[in-house]
Amino acid sequence: MLAGKVAVVTGGSRGIGRAIAVTLAQAGADVAIFYAGNRQAAEETVGQIQAAGRKALALQVDVSNSEQVDAAFKEVLAAFDRIDILVNNAGITRDNLLMRMKEEDWDQVINTNLKGVFLCTKAVTRPMMKQRKGRIINISSVVGVAGNPGQANYVAAKAGVIGLTKTTAKELASRGITVNAIAPGFIETDMTAVLPEDLKRQMLDQIPLGRFGSVEDVAEAVKFLASDAAGYITGQTIHVDGGMVTA
Amino acid sequence: MAENTFERVKKIIVEHLDVDPAEVTLEASVKDDLGADSLDVVDLIMQFEDEFGLEISDEEAEKISTVGDIVSYIEQKQQ
Repeated sequence: MLAGKVAVVTGGSRGIGRAIAVTLAQAGADVAIFYAGNRQAAEETVGQIQAAGRKALALQVDVSNSEQVDAAFKEVLAAFDRIDILVNNAGITRDNLLMRMKEEDWDQVINTNLKGVFLCTKAVTRPMMKQRKGRIINISSVVGVAGNPGQANYVAAKAGVIGLTKTTAKELASRGITVNAIAPGFIETDMTAVLPEDLKRQMLDQIPLGRFGSVEDVAEAVKFLASDAAGYITGQTIHVDGGMVTA
Repeated sequence: MAENTFERVKKIIVEHLDVDPAEVTLEASVKDDLGADSLDVVDLIMQFEDEFGLEISDEEAEKISTVGDIVSYIEQKQQ
């Protein structure tokens, strides 16, 4: 399905990003992952990509730092010669009620979750324009559509990603590059494992399909958007949320 | 050398913008006369960079308006 393609997955060492990286590799793509700090987790992901018979590369990158981002994409191009798929998945949370949220927590989340998408997208635009083809897939969140108390920074960033997706899609459409977002709902990962049990029960009541999502649920949607089969879809946000938010 | 650079630039512009070679003069404005949109300009810049093996920064690219600007910029860079 993706044989001969090269993918970059940011935040690829753990959680949803790892599942995306491994799923794309199983579909035939060579995969470079960017990770923030957990080298051991990144190496495990590399092992899983290689186990799928594909080439892997792990780079430590702060996606909110333009110099690091540009250097990392140069390295990917040097190693793999092209970039067909970019998955902007890197994200952090610094939850608090708005009135208690520190400016620093706001800035960090916006910088990683929104500015990071801008910088990585900008960096792949050139190689993808030259190839006259490319797939950019941004991982947003249902909370970016519906809002969520205690996550003003995260929600603002994820809503921003949807707007950025629509604009980038329109700018790059004439060059054969599609740009879409995925809005996961409640997915079982390290990020959601820390939430209190009663909150999880409450959330479960709001999910029509009656279960939390898995990282594979998200990865499968990414694989589809990355494939040639999704060639006529651009500027869209696909919810992978069990029916939680129907906008 | 001047003609050579101009011919190479012209060839890229004709191919990319699908315009009549006769329209591509040194005085022609890439946007106003040859109908390039802003994305076309970015695209052309990348192709000139490849063709001539140089890098054109965004600030410098913004100053380019006519075909002649491109040719003289490239020749100046190559000296």
